[in-house]
Amino acid sequence: MTNYLIDYTLHLADNALILGQRNAEWCGHGPVLEQDIAITNISLDLVGQARNFYQYAAELIHQSVDKSTHPATEDSLAYLRTEREFKNCLLVEQPNTDWAQTILRQFFFSNYQFLLYQELQKNNDTQLAAIAEKSLKEVTYHLRWSSEWVIRLGDGTAESHQRMLQAIDELWRYTGEIFTAADYEEEAGVDPSLFQPQWLNKVKEVFDEATLPVPEKTFMQSGGKTGTHTEHLGFILTELQYIQRAYPDSQW
Amino acid sequence: MPVQDFEQLFQDKIDNEVKIEPKDWMPEAYRKTNIRQISQHAHSEIVGMLPEGNWISRAPSLKRKAILLAKVQDEAGHGLYLYSAAETLGMSREEMINDLHSGKAKYSSIFNYPTLTWADIGAIGWLVDGAAIMNQVMLTRTSYGPYARAMVRICKEESFHQRQGFEILLVLSRGTAAQKIMCQDAINRWWWPALMMFGPKDSESTNSDQSMKWKIKRKTNDELRQNFVDMIAEQIKTLGMKLPDDQLKWNAERKHYDFGEINWDEFWQVVKGNGPCNKQRLEARRKAWENGEWVREAAAAYAQKRADRQKDKAA
Repeated sequence: MTNYLIDYTLHLADNALILGQRNAEWCGHGPVLEQDIAITNISLDLVGQARNFYQYAAELIHQSVDKSTHPATEDSLAYLRTEREFKNCLLVEQPNTDWAQTILRQFFFSNYQFLLYQELQKNNDTQLAAIAEKSLKEVTYHLRWSSEWVIRLGDGTAESHQRMLQAIDELWRYTGEIFTAADYEEEAGVDPSLFQPQWLNKVKEVFDEATLPVPEKTFMQSGGKTGTHTEHLGFILTELQYIQRAYPDSQW
Repeated sequence: MPVQDFEQLFQDKIDNEVKIEPKDWMPEAYRKTNIRQISQHAHSEIVGMLPEGNWISRAPSLKRKAILLAKVQDEAGHGLYLYSAAETLGMSREEMINDLHSGKAKYSSIFNYPTLTWADIGAIGWLVDGAAIMNQVMLTRTSYGPYARAMVRICKEESFHQRQGFEILLVLSRGTAAQKIMCQDAINRWWWPALMMFGPKDSESTNSDQSMKWKIKRKTNDELRQNFVDMIAEQIKTLGMKLPDDQLKWNAERKHYDFGEINWDEFWQVVKGNGPCNKQRLEARRKAWENGEWVREAAAAYAQKRADRQKDKAA
């Protein structure tokens, strides 16, 4: 009865975890100390959100009829599911490449998360609503921070502007999927297409100040929400899951 | 006033436990020693992010991942306070970073050792942060005010890190056979390098006497090292593991643990740049700095544009 809710919760968790994992790659390697701290902090927030969602998903699995011998936990869900079982959007698994791509990916995603969590706060599922409410403060900061950086890089030097154009060229194609509802989203009563116009308005506003063009309608890649990912995800999971796979049934 | 009088006044302050502040007169050598030591300390925090950062992507649970991220982020924060403290003595952060990248400035040799398994993250927290705390607690009372105050904040976080590191090892020590082996192996590899963190023996240390007189340091290398050995020799009993030193033994007469001789040849080799990771660590820092150059330029260019626009508006 709650399968769609489990899938939806996992989708929310996977989004946060995979982006958190990507951002964490910057830790110790950022362009300047203050921003190294900022991106690590965002990573930490996202891992925290992922934990809340995974814990809730584990609880839902436990309540459902399908009880396996190994009870689900936040870690079994993050560490022992396969590439095809992950439900994150393609956007969050894209590589860092350079600071411009990291910034733009964060801006696109935080812009979405900000709208989503505002919506989710009103959801009938009180647990999801509570997590969304708790996370909204963090996301508000992520959105402000990434917007400021998009503007700084877009309107900075010729090189930074060029790199932002490149990032838009790489990442725009992954923004359509976010607003195309998967079955489990529809059943959970959250239709992301409803807030796509607001998302686009924010992009226009920030890009305008950053002197960056908003792309014309282009073909959009999709599949992540239902487990058909880009080739990157397999490598992310290989690293993320290594210890749990190499030393099964251990406590850490 | 003749210089001798300034010097006397300065030494009187030190002797009376009055902190030296940025605008106070100070001997040039005092300024230089503090810049060297504080910037070296800041660099150690920053380079120290690398061996631990090495395990963030592979942390064995989400809780451990979050703790490790927060920890490495704390180290970055420490680097930031320390660079700021050193800047009060008249050297810019950029100059200090350039000295690190050119090899002119040093950082703690401990970070030139590799983190090979997850247990190394526990061993670093317990042994490396544990050794650092010995030094840092002393530095909360160092004579230069901004350095002492930075240390008060840093010490609080470091003692938390040490407990987290110990707890990682405690879980391993009570885990599977493979985890126990991993735990002992990490202790074996980190123990001696941790002892080396206190620096050369007092009889060989060149900077010690003057630093003691100026109360930049308040305990000698050997005193601090002994305190550390005494602490760890007790704590390891809880883990049920062994320190890799046959000569480690309680000496009832001295009321201290006796311990074996450090491999000083290894110590000097790592200082000279021949440790297992000296090259990689410095390269990683240089690469981050070089790859970030366009970002810093863009931020500066944008800030300038904004300032110009505001000026135009005001005009």
